[in-house]
Amino acid sequence: MIAFLIKRLVQAIIVMFIISLVSFSIQDNLGDPLRELVGQSVSEEERQVLREKMGLNDPFLVQYGRFAVKALHGDLGTSYFFKEPALQVILHKLPATIELVFGATLIIVLLSVPLGVYSAIKPNSLFSRAVMGFSIVGISVPVFLTAIGLIYFFSIYLGWMPSFGRGETEPVLGPWETGFLTVDGLQHLILPCISLASIMLPLFIRLIRAEMMEVLQSEYVKFAWAKGLAPRRIYFLHALKNTMLPVITVGGVQIGTMVAYTILTETVFQWPGMGFLFLEAVNRVDTPLIVAYLIVVGAIFVVTNTLVDLIYGLVNPTVKLTGKK
Amino acid sequence: MALLEVNNLEVRFGLRSGEVSALRDINFTLERGERLGIVGESGAGKSVLGFSILNLLSRPGYIAGGEILFEGRNLAAMSARELRSIRGNRISMIFQDPMMTLNPVLTIGQQMVECLRAHRKISQQDAKRIALQKLKQVYIPSPEKRFDQYPHELSGGMRQRIVIAIGLLMDPDIIIADEPTTALDVTIQAEIMDLMLELCERNNVALILITHDLGVVSQVTKQAMVMYAGRIIEQGPTREIINDAQHPYTQGLMNALPQMAIPGQRLNQIRGSMPPLQKIPAGCAFNPRCEYVMEVCRSQLPEFTSSGGCRVACHLVAKMKLEEAAAQRVEEAN
Repeated sequence: MIAFLIKRLVQAIIVMFIISLVSFSIQDNLGDPLRELVGQSVSEEERQVLREKMGLNDPFLVQYGRFAVKALHGDLGTSYFFKEPALQVILHKLPATIELVFGATLIIVLLSVPLGVYSAIKPNSLFSRAVMGFSIVGISVPVFLTAIGLIYFFSIYLGWMPSFGRGETEPVLGPWETGFLTVDGLQHLILPCISLASIMLPLFIRLIRAEMMEVLQSEYVKFAWAKGLAPRRIYFLHALKNTMLPVITVGGVQIGTMVAYTILTETVFQWPGMGFLFLEAVNRVDTPLIVAYLIVVGAIFVVTNTLVDLIYGLVNPTVKLTGKK
Repeated sequence: MALLEVNNLEVRFGLRSGEVSALRDINFTLERGERLGIVGESGAGKSVLGFSILNLLSRPGYIAGGEILFEGRNLAAMSARELRSIRGNRISMIFQDPMMTLNPVLTIGQQMVECLRAHRKISQQDAKRIALQKLKQVYIPSPEKRFDQYPHELSGGMRQRIVIAIGLLMDPDIIIADEPTTALDVTIQAEIMDLMLELCERNNVALILITHDLGVVSQVTKQAMVMYAGRIIEQGPTREIINDAQHPYTQGLMNALPQMAIPGQRLNQIRGSMPPLQKIPAGCAFNPRCEYVMEVCRSQLPEFTSSGGCRVACHLVAKMKLEEAAAQRVEEAN
């Protein structure tokens, strides 16, 4: 277990190094930071002096080295627009995004397992066919369209749900304010979570169904039937446990991807999270913020994937986390 | 009343290309403690027969007709709940490949205890005690340790012992063993077979042994049936079938045994291969491969002819019997 964690830590450091290198190199190719900083009224000489002072004329690797040393101390630069440390700006928005992803994940897990399992057990039933049909539609429709459709129907036509923002939030810890504790906050969560889940849910239903159908054909499931076990035990213990192994692996990666998908959802719903912030940062060419965002998202990926590997090791007895006995 | 009596069993597969018969006119009986061998090439329907006895056919296969009487109760017409109380309890099954039979994510103990608790109201502790006792019976060293291990931590032979132990958990009346040693190393095949026979003998369990190995059948079983393309073509006492095979197909199988070959010569084989279910030829299914094929074989399904203690479905055997009888009558008349 400890050996596994150390191994993963080394991997994580390498991955984070590459991510930081790539995201930092964007800085050189994304407009002129000085223009964003000082505006029109500063003369060319003054600009050159400022440029020299900020080290923008140094070779790339020197600049990167300076950035990396600072980054290791938790300083990812200062946002041009907010005039605050970029990391702090992002961490301030992180809870909103995490809650959105959490809500969507909850929807996906609660719906995909029963629907996937059912349509695998009864593949020819009308309900299963309907689920399969809808899932194709769900995969095909882009998130922003789903989101706009949801807003139109539930917020404008029916007037049941709010169409933008987080609503009332309660402070929990430091910058973390949650929408899960107030009715208003929950109402604001529903539509964004549904639209964020709309792409992954059909994918997971289909994945679980396909895996489960394969597992149900296996010898050990036939043997379980021959032992005279109850169907419930065969489906939900013997088959489901084996079905979930590949699903966990894929699922972990997808949760990371979902953080990226939040950019679309957050934009449509004016959700004050990281994704929305990122899009604004791109519009304002707020390079330090963009770089910081990419690094934070990279870190989230690394953490979720490590967690998924840990969970996989717990579920699958043939995997030894220590590597050696 | 026989322990198991199968009458006119027919199994069909509803395929997209149409219905096909996988088994037809299957008739046999099995007495308590008896051993029956089912022999044939791959695709003859041996395994389908094994599964249909427990009414365990998976789609698209289904029992289309006939009865399977276990102690007089028809398994083919039983409710799912009643069937469950028989499967793994009164009739259990041992599969071919022990690497695939055990669930990889559950411990040996879990897979044994669940079977006991599905059929009997007993506590976890009692179930564990019985399971450990069965593991000892199949000569598993340090059963306590194995109980908490997962299948991948054990060797193939060890796993098949465990599968046998699971088969014997409820002291069943019948064990259906579908090629129980085929997937094992040659060195432990005999060991596992001996173990299975010993346990069947000791507990007076009837054994249906499905195999393509005539050698094993001749050593182990008293009764045997040979299957071809979903039908029984010869059935009777094993010794008669082995020593005096009547059906050209059975003869072919016997000749194909390496023991029958003359050293230095090529092994004998039956030319051609078994037809797929959709393309079973008219008349006797074996006619395209038969050395002694006659005109009638191509059009008419052969009836069973008695020959000694055996029943043989072959036009040639029927003709020979007729001629024999005629010759005998002539002799008597003279």
